[in-house]
Amino acid sequence: MPNMSLKKNEMPSQDPNVRNKNFKEVALGYTKEQAMDEAARCLNCKNKPCVTGCPVQIDIPTFVQHVAAGDFEAAYEVIAKSSALPAVCGRVCPQESQCEGKCVRGIKGEPVAIGRLERFVADYHNENCTEKPVKPESNGHKVAIIGSGPSGLTCAGDLAKKGYDVTIFEALHLAGGVLVYGIPEFRLPKAIVQKEIDGLKDLGVKVETNMVIGKVLSIDELIEEYGFEAVFIGSGAGLPRFMNIPGENLKGVYSANEFLTRVNLMKAYKDDSATPIMKAKKVAVVGGGNVAMDAARSAKRLGAEEVYIVYRRS
Amino acid sequence: MYKILRRKELNPTVTLLDIEAPLIAKKAEPGQFIILRVDSEGERIPLTIADYDREAGWVRIIFQIVGGTTEKLNHLKEGDFINDFVGPLGVPTHVDGLKKVAVVGGGVGCAIAFPIAKKLHNMGAEVHSVVGFRNKDLVILEDDFAAVSDKMMMTDDGSHGTKGLVTNALKELIESGEKYDEVIVIGPLIMMKFVCALTKEYGVKTTVSMNPIMIDGTGMCGGCRLTVGGETKFACVDGPDFDGHLVDFDEALERGSMYKPFERHAHEEACNLFAKEVQ
Ligand SMILES: Cc1cc2nc3c(=O)[nH]c(=O)nc-3n(C[C@H](O)[C@H](O)[C@H](O)COP(=O)(O)OP(=O)(O)OC[C@H]3O[C@@H](n4cnc5c(N)ncnc54)[C@H](O)[C@@H]3O)c2cc1C
Ligand SMILES: Cc1cc2nc3c(=O)[nH]c(=O)nc-3n(C[C@H](O)[C@H](O)[C@H](O)COP(=O)(O)OP(=O)(O)OC[C@H]3O[C@@H](n4cnc5c(N)ncnc54)[C@H](O)[C@@H]3O)c2cc1C
Ligand code: FES
Repeated sequence: MPNMSLKKNEMPSQDPNVRNKNFKEVALGYTKEQAMDEAARCLNCKNKPCVTGCPVQIDIPTFVQHVAAGDFEAAYEVIAKSSALPAVCGRVCPQESQCEGKCVRGIKGEPVAIGRLERFVADYHNENCTEKPVKPESNGHKVAIIGSGPSGLTCAGDLAKKGYDVTIFEALHLAGGVLVYGIPEFRLPKAIVQKEIDGLKDLGVKVETNMVIGKVLSIDELIEEYGFEAVFIGSGAGLPRFMNIPGENLKGVYSANEFLTRVNLMKAYKDDSATPIMKAKKVAVVGGGNVAMDAARSAKRLGAEEVYIVYRRS
Repeated sequence: MYKILRRKELNPTVTLLDIEAPLIAKKAEPGQFIILRVDSEGERIPLTIADYDREAGWVRIIFQIVGGTTEKLNHLKEGDFINDFVGPLGVPTHVDGLKKVAVVGGGVGCAIAFPIAKKLHNMGAEVHSVVGFRNKDLVILEDDFAAVSDKMMMTDDGSHGTKGLVTNALKELIESGEKYDEVIVIGPLIMMKFVCALTKEYGVKTTVSMNPIMIDGTGMCGGCRLTVGGETKFACVDGPDFDGHLVDFDEALERGSMYKPFERHAHEEACNLFAKEVQ
């Protein structure tokens, strides 16, 4: 019998008045019992609308059924077939508009908490599984990947599993793209990103940091001199755009990328960080999406007394 | 990890390091820079490529000890390693077609100016260099400039070369009838501002090398932005060289002071740390 509760199981989280002063992860994750109870809400319906809502088409009902039965490793294997970064996606994917947005249970009540279950399964695997993945047999073909954000990492994982000899070239000193320089620790702990990258390394993926392709090596050189047969460019969104309004170059005006890079990549939130950041008492954040929320929440945690979100729509 | 092959103190506050970085050495051009992190917790700081040897595979940096990171860097020895070293970044200095150039350097800016003077010289251009320092003890690269240019040495106090500022010397050269295709000036912001004011009067095209605070150096964060001719430019990818007559120096000066209180504190901490190690 499925669990017919209209509400999702709450995920334990840090108290708001504690978490607004630290950079530790806000959401703490389900326990085994909570996960199994939540998974039992899935009706395992025939036409699986959730799967069509998932950009990588994870076989969601099957992994959820494994969770309901308490077989978390089996659930992990199902997810891993389609997703290279389950612990990351379980935390930051916009499930409300993807898998969960399509869930039948969401018509009357809340959808199954697919994201929270994905996160639980990935964390369970990362904590409990000591076996290294088997390195697939090499097919002898070399592929270069430029950029180590989620797109580069996913591409690397998929190709490595097929036996390609994959090298990721990353411009910064650390791999992960927005996952390490943009999204804050309290939403996506960097240890989790590192664990997913280590998993790719176990599959044989090589990661070369401090390599700005186009400057230190050209794509022609990668192909002609280094023997790569294909190149995937996952270099991200690039330059921030400014608004061209008076005063935007004054001291204390940051692009989100600069502010968040100082905080996340350079760890400016730590007292002993070598990289400075302005700790303001009163902060205005212009914008209203994920990036604005990350900036506002970071500013609060850096000690701002008042943080305003300035947004052009209602 | 990038190995330090050679270390030399050029004066009490300026040190030269040759770093093993064969891929960067292969591509480096005058005017470009690298970004380094001394250790795994370090800040990313930009330093200009002062020279390179494509065959031997090293890149030279010359830096002034001004704060926490340069202090730490100065404590490394030959054979030690630098955690991260990325480049060559930025656009090379534009030198094509120049026949006669005045290269003006101030203080450690001379280290940035030298490879450009050398390149111009090797191309067969006539190079006049005007290099300025506060006093005799701070003079660097004197012989190097002499080897590639007609050099005028200036010191603020007259303890070496001619007493006075680089602007005085440049003005004399221009007034004596020297016709430059371009003046290239690299040094403290305030010096570049005054040189540009001077050359504007005489209508001589002037290139400056800007050094705003940077983080990624790849055009991702916009922290290094400047106003040039009324437009926002990113020094790390659009520069660091810009038309000096179009740069908003006052804004750049203001932005450069963003972290002053923090920097003083970080420098003191680094100094204390090393003082403790010595005891
Ligand atoms: C603050 C913030 C919060 C976000 N939150 C969410 C969220 O909660 N959910 C969600 O779904 N999406 C979110 N997004 C959007 C999401 O992060 C991006 O869509 C995603 O990161 C894009 O991935 P990518 O791999 O294409 O590029 P990126 O993550 O940008 O990675 C590109 C990488 O390429 C490197 N690179 C660039 N040029 C070169 C070069 N020439 N040579 C070598 N390397 C190079 C860069 O250094 C970088 O590491 C957020 C974005 C930001 C900025
Ligand atoms: C393109 C470029 C090329 C440069 N080339 C040289 C060079 O060849 N030799 C040299 O001695 N210096 C050079 N600089 C300046 C050098 O980067 C700074 O002196 C260095 O970052 C100081 O770091 P610190 O921690 O020791 O000092 P801090 O105490 O942190 O800072 C001292 C001053 O250095 C500047 N600064 C601080 N952090 C940064 C940063 N992350 N990026 C840029 N500037 C910063 C600020 O103006 C600050 O007031 C260059 C700067 C740029 C942007
Ligand atoms: S340093 Fe970040 S854009 Fe130039």
